[in-house]
Amino acid sequence: MSILVDKNTKVICQGITGNAGKFHAMGCRDYGTQLVGGVTPGKGGQNVEGMPVFDTVEEAVQQTGADATMIFVPPPFTADAILEAVDAGIRIIAAITEGVPVIDMVRVYEKVKASNSILIGPNCPGLITPGECKIGIMPGYIHTPGKIGVMSRSGTLTYEAVWQTSNLKLGQSTCVGLGGDPIVGTNYIDLFKLYQEDDQTEAILMIGEIGGSAEEEAAAYVKEHVTKPVAAFIAGRTAPPGKRMGHAGAIISGGKGTAEEKVAALEDAGIVVAPSPAEMGEAVLKAIKQA
Amino acid sequence: MKIHEYQGKELFRAAGVPVLEGHMVTTPEEAEAAYEKLGGKIAVVKAQIHAGGRGKGNIIDNPDQKGVVLCKSADEAKAAAAGLLGKKLVTIQTGPEGQTVGKVFVEAGCDIARELYLGIVVDRVTCKPVLMVSTEGGVEIEKVAEETPELIHKEAFDPAIGLEAFQVRKLCKKLGIEGPAAKSAFKFMTAMCRFFIDYDCALAEVNPLVITGSGEMIALDAKITFDENAMFRHTDLESLRDLSEEEESEIRAGKAGLSYVKLEGNIACLVNGAGLAMSTMDIIKYHGGEPANFLDVGGGANAAQVTEAFRILLSDKNCKGVLVNIFGGIARCTTIASALIEASKEVGFTVPLVVRLEGTEVEEGRKMLEESDVDVITAVDLTDAAKKIVAATA
Repeated sequence: MSILVDKNTKVICQGITGNAGKFHAMGCRDYGTQLVGGVTPGKGGQNVEGMPVFDTVEEAVQQTGADATMIFVPPPFTADAILEAVDAGIRIIAAITEGVPVIDMVRVYEKVKASNSILIGPNCPGLITPGECKIGIMPGYIHTPGKIGVMSRSGTLTYEAVWQTSNLKLGQSTCVGLGGDPIVGTNYIDLFKLYQEDDQTEAILMIGEIGGSAEEEAAAYVKEHVTKPVAAFIAGRTAPPGKRMGHAGAIISGGKGTAEEKVAALEDAGIVVAPSPAEMGEAVLKAIKQA
Repeated sequence: MKIHEYQGKELFRAAGVPVLEGHMVTTPEEAEAAYEKLGGKIAVVKAQIHAGGRGKGNIIDNPDQKGVVLCKSADEAKAAAAGLLGKKLVTIQTGPEGQTVGKVFVEAGCDIARELYLGIVVDRVTCKPVLMVSTEGGVEIEKVAEETPELIHKEAFDPAIGLEAFQVRKLCKKLGIEGPAAKSAFKFMTAMCRFFIDYDCALAEVNPLVITGSGEMIALDAKITFDENAMFRHTDLESLRDLSEEEESEIRAGKAGLSYVKLEGNIACLVNGAGLAMSTMDIIKYHGGEPANFLDVGGGANAAQVTEAFRILLSDKNCKGVLVNIFGGIARCTTIASALIEASKEVGFTVPLVVRLEGTEVEEGRKMLEESDVDVITAVDLTDAAKKIVAATA
């Protein structure tokens, strides 16, 4: 097994007629993903490299049986595209688009939580179950089917982690890019629950970064509920304060958000923290040996 | 995007958030005239820079000249403006080099009965906008948050509805506000929350928020940051941008679509993706070096952007070497390699260059670099790259 997506997942692409949408939708199809069509309002009836284009997500679902979507529409229209996918009953929504206004995501987050859909992103590379289904922009060849669940707030840093676990012959069960924005649809804890229950996943690698308090909350959850080996890395140990974190942001989380605090919280929960980004794979090995 | 206090107050006034009368001026003579215009009693002359802590901050080499000055005559207003304009103001938020004051705001005084704090942000935990208030106004709110978090009261609100009446009542009770001031608080707080949503703010902060002797709630300061991602629906706000407040190289990077932050070290780095860029800084430091910058060329970087990125990095006088770390996803290694070769022809590398490529089209990219006449030190992985650049710049 794996989590969220597998070889049976049928995927559409919202924004398939745009450059990025088309390029990456074809990349996913070439990888082996069951791509079944795309949606661009006003372009229904056309086809892109043999893929049927629909005007609405509802229509695409009816005609193709799609249960997942990847969204490449421009930022002003992303919130609307996500809500349309929720409305059509799509199970897995991966919003790749970068630059979505935060206030838009406040509205979307509420609607997604009240539905049966799972939103990954926005501002994320997508998700992949190696050898079965790739939904997003990650280079497929660095992944190998295996036993590590990888999740991250950063895109290219996830590739780095995946590459290291592939080189150590551990492979990955499912890799999820959560997205780098302040509000994203799915957080670490949501995925810890799924990885913990997944037979294929033997250990979990969590990649965090400075700002907010998501890593601290995840650490508290792991301490209570996760029995599988967990390793982590926090990016931004040397980042200067104030550049990315607003003052009021620091207030709301009660002064949380520095790398030191996050590392301390993770280690307190028994998580092996990699001291350098080059040692994420090694940290996973260490976590497995300790268990 | 940040704006000045005087600009924030103009927007507040239009949105129905009570503020005092005031005038932005750029010369001591104008400050004198502004004082007279305000009725000639008490006025406050305030330096306009994009940093907080102005009241406690002072002009470099002149500890007596504070950033905020209470004036009781036109001459005092003129002298205060003269002491600030064109000088560098140092506050807890500017760093030791300070920030040049180009404008001052001359504002009417008022009868202050109480000083409070009010701030609005989008809370990452609850994923909702949150109004925060505190009785501890006029001081460093970060300190209050750390030492006495129970003195900060929060109410989350629905962006479509705004703050509800009962939420204002709860906050007033906790702040000890009653009578006419409670009525004024309702108007103030609901208008602020509406303002936050309507203008797509990332932060809206009023510190101090005052209650006058007659029970009116007034914004004595206005610290506003807009969500850069939402600027497409607020094109009118672009004119409020003050480029003199931003680092020149960061403006240049912004125009090229690059995310760049200048730092104090001497090893420049060029990376794709924010997380990997931060990690690259981390690993340079881990192996004993000091990063000169954070630079994310983004996912869809093209040759022109990467060339501009090299120009910016090499224009930094502290730069003793460059580390390029690319894990190609959307960005292809061949794009980076050809841009690197182009940039080398155009700007010329006078410092050591370590390149680590991985990901999409990596073999082709490596081959391009090998066949070019650019003097490149290649690295096989992150650790190798960091060690090589630290050694080359030591």
